[in-house]
Amino acid sequence: MTDNTTNPTGSSADSAAGSFYGGMYTEGTKVADHKAPDGPIDKKWTRRKFEAALVNPANRRKMSVIIVGTGLAGGAAAATLGEAGYHVKSFCFQDSPRRAHSIAAQGGINAAKNYKEDGDSIQRLFYDTVKGGDYRSRETNVYRLAEVSANIIDQCVAQGVPFAREYGGLLDNRSFGGVQVSRTFYARGQTGQQLLIGAYQALERQVAAGTVEQFTRHEMLEVIVDGEGEERRARGIIVRDLVTGEIETHLADAVVLASGGYGNVFFLSTNAMGSNVTATWRAHRKGAYMANPCYTQIHPTCIPVSGEHQSKLTLMSESLRNDGRIWVPKNREDCDKDPRQIKEEDRDYYLERIYPAFGNLVPRDIASRQAKNVCDEGRGVGPVVGDFRRGVYLDFADAIKRLGRAAVEEKYGNLFDMYARITGENPYETPMRIYPAVHYVMGGLWVDYDLQSSIPGLFVTGEANFSDHGANRLGASALMQGLADGYFVLPNTIRDYLAKVPPSTLKEDSPAVVEARKAVEERTERFLAINGERSVDSFHRELGNIMWEYCGMERSEEGLLKAIDLIRGLREEFWRNVRVLGSADTLNQSLEKAGRVADFLELGELMCIDALHRRESCGGHFRAESQTEDGEALRHDDEFAYVAAWEFTPPSGEQEGVGAGMGTPVLHKEDLVYEFIELKQRSYK
Amino acid sequence: MNLTLKIWRQSGPQDKGQFVTYRVSDISPDMSFLEMLDVLNEELNAKGEEPIAFDSDCREGICGMCGLMISGHAHGPEKTTTCQLHMRSFKDGETITVEPWRAEAFPIVRDLVVDRGAFDRIIQSGGFISANTGSAPDAHAAPVPKTAADRAFMAAECIGCGACVAACPNASGMLFMGAKITHLGELPQGQPERDARVVSMVNQHDHEGFGGCTNIGECSQACPKGIPQDVISQLNKDLRTALKHGR
Ligand SMILES: Cc1cc2nc3c(=O)[nH]c(=O)nc-3n(C[C@H](O)[C@H](O)[C@H](O)COP(=O)(O)OP(=O)(O)OC[C@H]3O[C@@H](n4cnc5c(N)ncnc54)[C@H](O)[C@@H]3O)c2cc1C
Ligand code: SF4
Ligand code: FES
Repeated sequence: MTDNTTNPTGSSADSAAGSFYGGMYTEGTKVADHKAPDGPIDKKWTRRKFEAALVNPANRRKMSVIIVGTGLAGGAAAATLGEAGYHVKSFCFQDSPRRAHSIAAQGGINAAKNYKEDGDSIQRLFYDTVKGGDYRSRETNVYRLAEVSANIIDQCVAQGVPFAREYGGLLDNRSFGGVQVSRTFYARGQTGQQLLIGAYQALERQVAAGTVEQFTRHEMLEVIVDGEGEERRARGIIVRDLVTGEIETHLADAVVLASGGYGNVFFLSTNAMGSNVTATWRAHRKGAYMANPCYTQIHPTCIPVSGEHQSKLTLMSESLRNDGRIWVPKNREDCDKDPRQIKEEDRDYYLERIYPAFGNLVPRDIASRQAKNVCDEGRGVGPVVGDFRRGVYLDFADAIKRLGRAAVEEKYGNLFDMYARITGENPYETPMRIYPAVHYVMGGLWVDYDLQSSIPGLFVTGEANFSDHGANRLGASALMQGLADGYFVLPNTIRDYLAKVPPSTLKEDSPAVVEARKAVEERTERFLAINGERSVDSFHRELGNIMWEYCGMERSEEGLLKAIDLIRGLREEFWRNVRVLGSADTLNQSLEKAGRVADFLELGELMCIDALHRRESCGGHFRAESQTEDGEALRHDDEFAYVAAWEFTPPSGEQEGVGAGMGTPVLHKEDLVYEFIELKQRSYK
Repeated sequence: MNLTLKIWRQSGPQDKGQFVTYRVSDISPDMSFLEMLDVLNEELNAKGEEPIAFDSDCREGICGMCGLMISGHAHGPEKTTTCQLHMRSFKDGETITVEPWRAEAFPIVRDLVVDRGAFDRIIQSGGFISANTGSAPDAHAAPVPKTAADRAFMAAECIGCGACVAACPNASGMLFMGAKITHLGELPQGQPERDARVVSMVNQHDHEGFGGCTNIGECSQACPKGIPQDVISQLNKDLRTALKHGR
């Protein structure tokens, strides 16, 4: 094995001066989690729960918690804290909490129940998750996740979540994403929907009980941070009522961000249209560290882009790879032919060829990267989008021959129907076309074991935090994490904070509040005043293309440096040339989008800087300069076994003000220490 | 494809509103209906006209956020959600009218966007099982016969889009409500609150200004998830039982 890593220009030379890649970032002090108690890993959570201070039931009513987001993470937390008697304010930008993006999850939710007696256990789920994350997650958090996973299923069943069952009336399980045990609980292809409806109903029950105040069509645009140094605390948020346009101030004893992932920085992703980074990015700008922002998961089986008009991408279950065979033509000349006319010997079943042992079932990142490679070579299929064809065949002809059409229909009928609806093609007759798409982000705000960010009083749960999946997430584990955080972890850790936090003296006219409010108002006015030539969407699309091209599955130093340049240029143009029509005092969807895209334009740069600095291939991403002789991912545990937690620095001097962007970010490393699991390189050959 | 669109424009709840005619050209049959509206909105924005407001989020047919009356059909001519409708379902040269859901209980917010908060309030009134976090017994403590589990699941597929209300000449919310009653009523966990649930939900439904059910069946026809009308029979049955029990 050789390490093809080149020395980044100026990097090591610069590092002595504390600045890297010609001043792209600087390095600050290390960070660490101080909340996980000492002792054996299986005793830590019990101990933490015991040591966390209690709030007297009579006092809970007087304590208020803001929760931004009503997905699994936010909805579950709001319901649970409401049940406990706290005064909860719950926010979402959709017209109902039930519409949060969690609703779209299909495949299932993991839990170490071992109902199948196939050797599953907390220890095994813990191990699989750390390994799946390519040894870039924190052991303590992951262990706890595995530990509480079983309680989630109990809770959901009690709420009436209609999981799939066997004839005997017991819950059914399946094996998912290449793991060797059947630990995935599911509700046909609508697991996310059913889990979310469960959390939503629990939440609505608390609304009726008067413990939760619900604010729909409200978007959080700023977090209020009060105090200096040790006394600094998150004390509230500024939101815009999306219907009336009113800017409102909400104060509380603690703030929880459960605002989901930022995959839409790529414009095209499987995320919902409204998914965004604003809540977490605003918090980042106020001092919350953003951890591993470049860790993105790209899913191999999505329906390809059909044209320039494409607004989002649709995921199809990975299970399709169990029976479908992936191929492209050997010769470019065949790419626009009817695939059925292409002879067997002219087809390249490239996954079976390169990875004979795993074939079409290689992990998500490998399947995705190889699909991109063959398309980049000009051997993609389907319509030409941009300048080449972005698609590979997923062929069921053999499966239909082997199993019969009825069996294939039984297994995949609903997916085939969905495919036919979207593409207008019949997958029983012509091979499906698939292409990878951005699906999930492992990166997010840095949190400690208590899920508290680097701003005291600001907690982050679900996909919005970075906590549990390292550099790659296992299938069916995001739902598990969202509900673990929401039902079981946060309610236990936030009480420790609430029990100790001194009462707030903040008023609507306190400087911290006035300043946050003013920032929101100025930004809103600015968007409407620019009155340039280009629509918000056109900027978003262009940013997405840059991110996909240079900060997607495969990254290189040259590409990332170019991307950073392009993003800076685009951001500058945005603030000069965007056109947002209408006014601020009504429903104005262009204005909403403008705010989100403005934040994506900053996040995109930080993602590229993070990717640039991580000169290793790990988890879901491949770094061109770090590969083995035969072109496989090469991780560098000696250099990069840490969490990269980034601190925001405001732009300097004359650039200050609305839209000025960002200064040079500061990198804080959290060393990852593996006490219970041994580090190993992945190999699928 | 070239199309003529007659779209409802209404600047706010107080505005009277009116249809405005737009023309779009070069529409690909592979576009979704909402992507076609995206294209129109980009053109309007370029011309300095305010884009048309409409709701959508997942664009995968699962969140229930989208919903338009398309040439008189809730979610358009196919049995699916508006976001999953594609332009290949229309003919070149066609004139399409696009309106918001129309129902007293769903006031118009702007253009094609309505307020469906009434559905949340119906759920608040009883559409849940009271099970505080942490109090749950093991998931296998109460087996559920597969037939009951499957029927509960079928009813739980409702996405709360409101097409049933928009399609119903009485603007009734019975299909939506019947789906929830059936989902929870099929499960052993849902039994303790069964009587109280149906009574409170029906009261809230009527209070919100939804109409009664007169067995027309448009709701089920329009429902993108194929929720069958028999959930309404289930609702009526549960209501009778509850009243008999003296609730
Ligand atoms: C198509 C698809 C399929 C998936 N399938 C699976 C699967 O099978 N198994 C699995 O484990 N995972 C799956 N995932 C991943 C998983 O669904 C998500 O990671 C998870 O649901 C995220 O939950 P969340 O609660 O953190 O955030 P979300 O559900 O995204 O909720 C975010 C909430 O925050 C609110 N919000 C955001 N910003 C603001 C703001 N500024 N102001 C106010 N409110 C705001 C939103 O309104 C929303 O309520 C899938 C994802 C996709 C895209
Ligand atoms: S019953 Fe059908 S039409 Fe009515 S809200 Fe539910 S999914 Fe929509
Ligand atoms: S946008 Fe979610 S169902 Fe149509």
